[in-house]
Amino acid sequence: MEYGLDLEYSFNEFLKGFGLSSEIAHIIWLPLPMLLVLVSAVVGVLVTVWLERKISAAAQQRIGPEYAGALGVLQPIADGLKLLVKEDIIPAKADGILFTAGPILVLVPVILSWLIVPFGQNLLISNVGIGIFLWIALSSIQPIGLLMSGYASNNKYSLLGGLRAAAQSISYEIPLALSVLAIVLMTNSLSTVDIVNQQSGAGILSWNIWRQPVGFIVFWICALAECERLPFDLPEAEEELVAGYQTEYAGMKFALFYLGSYINLILSALLVSILYLGGWGFPIPVELIAKFLNLPINAPFIQVFTASIGIVMTVLKAYLLVFIAILLRWTTPRVRIDQLLDLGWKFLLPISLANLLITAGLKLAFPQFFGG
Amino acid sequence: MSIAITTQIICFTILSSVILIGALGVVLLESIVYSAFLLGGVFMSVAGLYLLLNASFVAAAQVLVYVGAVNVLIIFAIMLVNKKEDLKPINDIKSRRIISTTICLTLLSLLIRVDLTNVWSLSSPQNSIGEESTIRIGEHLFSDYLLPFEVASVLLLMAMIGAIVLARRDVMSKDISTGLPVDQELIEKSSEPLLTNKT
Repeated sequence: MEYGLDLEYSFNEFLKGFGLSSEIAHIIWLPLPMLLVLVSAVVGVLVTVWLERKISAAAQQRIGPEYAGALGVLQPIADGLKLLVKEDIIPAKADGILFTAGPILVLVPVILSWLIVPFGQNLLISNVGIGIFLWIALSSIQPIGLLMSGYASNNKYSLLGGLRAAAQSISYEIPLALSVLAIVLMTNSLSTVDIVNQQSGAGILSWNIWRQPVGFIVFWICALAECERLPFDLPEAEEELVAGYQTEYAGMKFALFYLGSYINLILSALLVSILYLGGWGFPIPVELIAKFLNLPINAPFIQVFTASIGIVMTVLKAYLLVFIAILLRWTTPRVRIDQLLDLGWKFLLPISLANLLITAGLKLAFPQFFGG
Repeated sequence: MSIAITTQIICFTILSSVILIGALGVVLLESIVYSAFLLGGVFMSVAGLYLLLNASFVAAAQVLVYVGAVNVLIIFAIMLVNKKEDLKPINDIKSRRIISTTICLTLLSLLIRVDLTNVWSLSSPQNSIGEESTIRIGEHLFSDYLLPFEVASVLLLMAMIGAIVLARRDVMSKDISTGLPVDQELIEKSSEPLLTNKT
């Protein structure tokens, strides 16, 4: 299955043409995909913020942002600029160091998780062997940042928000990891590239959503809870806690939280599409299209076509899920904290455990359908 | 020296100094909250050391278990029990300090002895299993390390049941800390949602 563009290899060969050693070429290559992913994550956030404003407006029969650019597309950039030039305030009684470190600790793990998001066979920063497990591990760092900023703000609403956020992400991490484990069991690998390749056999029919419907729903609920989106946005419930752990924040530090939550939402949507919706796979296998066009799979045209289709499909699926998340936010009420914990521990945890057990049994019974 | 080795040495120096300074900070700092957060930093740096040793699975597990679970729970507990309390002066503080220092020094000498007597056979990079380590760990856990694995899970189960018994005071008639009989009516009330009988 080693086909597709290998940009790194071509880039290194290109630099070696100038007489550079392969190590130096590698060092010059290293920051490029990171920068690209950072930029695409930020652009993704801008798009999502615009979508959020427009869709919420439609849901509430308003018009939404209109004057900044056509259909208000420049509104999120205006928002970002406003936050960028705002005064950076640290409250007098707050703990300066922890107050500053909190937002960083929230944002960095989320961005680091983009390491494993594949947009094509070779279109990811690093195909690490532990792949999806790295994401689960990194997402468990976030509550520390939330607790830190909640504590450092020296404000009871912030502290309560931070505690709620930590409790929520601890409880929902377990069903999340268990439903990922069922996928890993079917793939025999933790690598995200292998997970997508395992679903690429027969186009839309081989996507994991048909084999793991329960896991898909559990994962999506848990991902929403981890992102603190409505109906699970208790940590920043406006009516109860002002803005939770963000209450005392202003300017760029607040923007870091804002960015973090939106990047996390896009990341979760991307991961749902990778784990359950075939990742970069087109609903019809690309091999069939190539055969139909009488072109060999290694032809340069087909390779560029496959790569661009892959990126478009991944982004399209992710944004479809983001759209569902936004619709959910503007149409559902918030759950209470006891309902939230009940749902997590008494419903999702047993369900995902049973799902894992059934997957293991089915894998033994039908190895050709559930991964041998 | 190639670039890869230089990077490794720089990373190792930074990580180990963070571990040492962080660990000292955990013990020596006055504020318990700072200690708890520094402990998280120490755990992260240990995970970084595992990464340098090509053990990515162990590194991720370290982050998940120690940072994501243990450290978060420690911070959680500190923040929920943030009671301002004047600590009573301990009478025999000197002898206690002497005893704890002796114990720590003994442990240290034991570790140094292990370090000196053990033959640290550094395998060449070709021999390291790298990404395959996840599979190897799984194989070992379900073959020759099955008994320790199961015993550890039984231990965790026992701890969990103990915690539930402590948390649900209605299973006992007396309060554990004070020894007074537990007000059962209060428990009944608190276990019901507050809004149900207000209609």
